[in-house]
Amino acid sequence: MRLPERFDRLREFVRKELIQVFRDPRLTRIVLVAPVLQLLVFGYVVTTDVRRIPTFVVDQDHTLASRELVRTLAASGYFRITGRSDRPRDLVEALDHGAATAGVDVPRGFARAVTRGDATVQVLFDGTNSNTATVGSGYAERILMAYALRDGSLGSALPVELRARAWFNPNLRSSDYNVPAVMGQLLLLLSLLLTSLAVVREREGGTLEQLMVSPLTAGELILGKTVPFALLAVVEMVMITAVALFWFRVPFQGSFLLLLPGGLLYILCMLGVGLLISTVSNTQQEAMLTSFLVIMPVMLLSGFMFPVSSMPVVFQWLTLLNPLRHFLEIVRAIFLKGAGLAALWPQFLALLAMGVGLLGFAATRFHKTVR
Amino acid sequence: MDRVRLFAVARKEVLQLRRDPRSLILAFLLPVALLVFFGYAISWDVTDIRLAVVDQDGGVKARELLDGFRASGRFVVASRLERTADIGPLLDRGRALIALVIPPRFDADLGAGRTALVQAIVDGSDANTATIALGYAQGVIQQFSTRTLFQTRRLRLPIAVQTRIWYNEELASRNMIVPGLVAVIMMIIAGLLTSLTIAREWERGTMEQLAATPVTRLEVVIGKLLPYVVIGLADVALCSLLGVLVFHVPFRGNMFFLMGASFAFLVGTLGLGLLISAVARSQLLATQIGMIATFLPGFLLSGFMFPIDTMPLPLRLLTYLVPARYFLVVTRGVFLKGVGPDVLWPQGLLMIAYAVIGLGLAARAFRKELA
Repeated sequence: MRLPERFDRLREFVRKELIQVFRDPRLTRIVLVAPVLQLLVFGYVVTTDVRRIPTFVVDQDHTLASRELVRTLAASGYFRITGRSDRPRDLVEALDHGAATAGVDVPRGFARAVTRGDATVQVLFDGTNSNTATVGSGYAERILMAYALRDGSLGSALPVELRARAWFNPNLRSSDYNVPAVMGQLLLLLSLLLTSLAVVREREGGTLEQLMVSPLTAGELILGKTVPFALLAVVEMVMITAVALFWFRVPFQGSFLLLLPGGLLYILCMLGVGLLISTVSNTQQEAMLTSFLVIMPVMLLSGFMFPVSSMPVVFQWLTLLNPLRHFLEIVRAIFLKGAGLAALWPQFLALLAMGVGLLGFAATRFHKTVR
Repeated sequence: MDRVRLFAVARKEVLQLRRDPRSLILAFLLPVALLVFFGYAISWDVTDIRLAVVDQDGGVKARELLDGFRASGRFVVASRLERTADIGPLLDRGRALIALVIPPRFDADLGAGRTALVQAIVDGSDANTATIALGYAQGVIQQFSTRTLFQTRRLRLPIAVQTRIWYNEELASRNMIVPGLVAVIMMIIAGLLTSLTIAREWERGTMEQLAATPVTRLEVVIGKLLPYVVIGLADVALCSLLGVLVFHVPFRGNMFFLMGASFAFLVGTLGLGLLISAVARSQLLATQIGMIATFLPGFLLSGFMFPIDTMPLPLRLLTYLVPARYFLVVTRGVFLKGVGPDVLWPQGLLMIAYAVIGLGLAARAFRKELA
């Protein structure tokens, strides 16, 4: 058959697939609205910043010095005083009930002890959230130490001062780091889940066999099944980038022309995985659970929320097989560092290899299962 | 409600699940996989921070400061540079996270009682890691500072800070994650599994058959829930057992209370899943809604990993509508704090309310759809 004819046939098939996907207006709405909602939630929630720690104060001293101490703590912005009492028992209760995460206990005779130079302040932390407790206790110690120096008779600042400057993300805004990365998660959820479920749905409905008896070749069939979702994913990518730039005001240092092919290669990988899952699943329920079993490790071992460098070495090696890890490196480097192909070619190469490999493998398996 | 009909519906659902052994296996494999990833692979802890040093002073005090960094156990001196101009390329290539510049006359300044400025330049592109690393650096500098101060002037700090951590004394992140995971896993299993069950019946046309039988809608809803309640409770037991035996998470509270609260939470979430299923009528749509309605809030807005206190106000208000938020207080309370119904009764009551509302909504939506 001549090439233009084949092209026409393929185009018609893709059109049919697109109609099928968008036939359900609620699905269309969900597919287009959900990513924006998720981006907003992810962008604001995913942070290890520790602020506004609910703090319960037990002031048994009731002096100017003790009140000043508590005020300094609250003024830092890291601690929010949620309750006061002069009985230590109330502090225990507040921590037990979860009404407070931290507690400060200023003992009786604190002011007199300060002038003598041997005062003690007790700081309690609910360690249930280990990150908050670690970071928060560091803050508390630092603030109280600075207070002690100022208040004491030493009358001098600390002899060494640290001036910190952050490159690439001067304000250390965690949304600058996380929002571009959410793109990877959302593309993962969309392309993987939709592809695997949509193909299995056809198999469940028996319409896949009908397609098999049509003159479409196996390659065309796969292309037709994946192109609509690839298009959808690209649209989503553009939408997410727009929200990141105009809502979260994430700086964009690099080039869109590089982001797009990076995204396409990543989508290719995910479509391959989705197709692969569809070949090993008989029902949509199976497809969804298998997808989930894939999505969770891909998300967790990508460096999205948990830095790769703090994983055990074995898991660090494993992350090299994770397309999301490479895509995240590309996205972050393009957004924040303005990196070009000169720096990012290993990631592009890895994505290309994995994309071609996964899609190729999925195609041969798909071919077999429909036959 | 007729017991025979109720169990007939439940039996039918069990048979359907049995025919689909993979779903069953996955329902147990997913929790185990998540536990392993969270328990072994992932942590917030930032260790082995690669430090580049530009020591323009070279004196004894400068070396002492660097020893302080090494002794903290958090930093590794990755490279020593001659000129500050070399810092740029090093950070660009990700060879170091922090560069520390010790100025000339550092030693002299300290001896003369002037404040010496140490500069830290940090790769801020991962704002989370950068913030934590800077915090550690601040701590080291401060310790060094106070030590120097008291060596030179023979003084001591007038206030001593005593920090104590409760409930999770060793500040292990797995102690925070495992109890939270119990809630998140149930959210995933319950919400996603059931969001498919009624949608599946619609897609296959068996819903009309069910409607033609004399079963009431409450019987259908409860009958469909029962097998999943059993799976969910088994998951809770499995997670708790693995958490305690393999990950050595303390279990200080009452098992029966945990199981009771889990039961109520499960019923509520399963009801929500059925509601989604009844409204969506298509499995593809149901999974997408299920992701947004159950998985994401359970994961992000429950306080599982990201503390609610740092979220912006609109999201903080939203978390009050997330049942997992309250259930998490129960699991952490039972595991780590060892508190029981005397403290957790408000959460317990909320769980029961959630269960009733979930069931009611599912039953109502069911009738509307059948009419």
